Amino acid sequence: MKKYVCGICGYVYDPDKGDADGGIPKGTAFEDLPDDWACPVCGASKDEFSPE
Amino acid sequence: MQNIYSAVKITNNVYWVGAIDWGIRDFHGYTTPEGSTYNAYLIMADDVTLIDTVKAPFKDEMLSRIRSVIDPAKIKYIISNHAEMDHSGCLAEAIDLIKPTKVFASAIGVKTLKELYHDQHEIIAVKDGETLSLGNMNLTFMETRMIHWPDSMFTYLAEEELLFSQDAFGMHLATMERFDDELPQHKLEYEAATYYANIVLPYSAIVLKTLEKVATTGWKIKIIAPDHGPIWRKNLGWIIELYKKWATQRPVNKAVVLYATMWHSTEKMARAISEALAEAGVRTSLLSMNKFHRSQAAYEVLEAGALVVGTSTLNNNLLPQMADTMTYLKGLKPGNLIGAAFGSFGWSGEGVRDLEAILKEMKVEIAAPALSIRNAPNKGALQMCQELGKTIAAELKKKLTSS
Repeated sequence: MKKYVCGICGYVYDPDKGDADGGIPKGTAFEDLPDDWACPVCGASKDEFSPE
Repeated sequence: MQNIYSAVKITNNVYWVGAIDWGIRDFHGYTTPEGSTYNAYLIMADDVTLIDTVKAPFKDEMLSRIRSVIDPAKIKYIISNHAEMDHSGCLAEAIDLIKPTKVFASAIGVKTLKELYHDQHEIIAVKDGETLSLGNMNLTFMETRMIHWPDSMFTYLAEEELLFSQDAFGMHLATMERFDDELPQHKLEYEAATYYANIVLPYSAIVLKTLEKVATTGWKIKIIAPDHGPIWRKNLGWIIELYKKWATQRPVNKAVVLYATMWHSTEKMARAISEALAEAGVRTSLLSMNKFHRSQAAYEVLEAGALVVGTSTLNNNLLPQMADTMTYLKGLKPGNLIGAAFGSFGWSGEGVRDLEAILKEMKVEIAAPALSIRNAPNKGALQMCQELGKTIAAELKKKLTSS
């Protein structure tokens, strides 16, 4: 599963780690994140992300 | 007539050419009782360079300070370390007047400046780690995204061992003194902490990473020149350690009790809770948000272990002063807190429930059930408040022992 980088703040979403604070379990692919998921660092929406 | 505004020499080749805003009191919702400065810096290298500019109304003050050293037309490069308007507000006008050969910003800075000013000036993007030769001196750029905007970057001047840190290590403090060693240390600590709490706190995780990144560069730094407040030439290690401490957000034995009240009932509860917390050995700050500003609450919460919040219920809602404070605090993302909500109500009591919901959204660990009292608290109700204070104190002690 690919990592994705936030184009605003540089945060990297790693599917192996998930996003515990955002309620996203480990092993969740970026594509499977809910549409309203936001970058945990800067709050940018999913469409600001691109593959690392 | 001689210039009123002169530059201040920082090193052999670097001058402060910023502006002092003695009158500003509201910085986008952060109250600044001591005013501020907008710091711009002139590097007298072979290729003369200006680092950042100032807020638009202060353009002439900046130009006047530049003129006390050199004809502004001799400036070859302008660097924008931070696109926010207090540092870029006169950038377009400065470019028109100075006509520099090139203007640089981070990639996101270029985009942000375009979106802020919608003009035709060409700004060149520099990459993280890129260097720029000024002839006899060299600049290195480091992206510091989200400290505290996505465009933010540091610029390092190796020959003078000087780091231009834009808003990092800054403070809102209007003074004639330009250096940290000219000001009392307790004042520096208070103003730097207030600035950190109100501006930098949400990005604490990035602060820690950035401090590590700077350490790995091997840069020798003897001066930190921020975009607000005094220039650090003596207490560099001290302010860096404070930044590490604030960014770590380790809980401490301190409770902050914030409340708003209609007819003093919630206030009585707040007093009883605070007295019990203090009696149990917890350092306690009590702030009536009817009277205090939200930025003071942010300062108090920066170094705390417990956040206890109270409100009356007004028209089925929490009081607007608490809605204001909680919205602000939630955005600042203070970490590692335990807490509880309390308050008085007349007939419905939604305010306390709403406050507790906000605490949960803020990831504050709820240490005790919310305490709601109908109308004025009697002796029994005040005893319950004391119990609440004791419970929070005991939970805080547990947390401090285990962490």
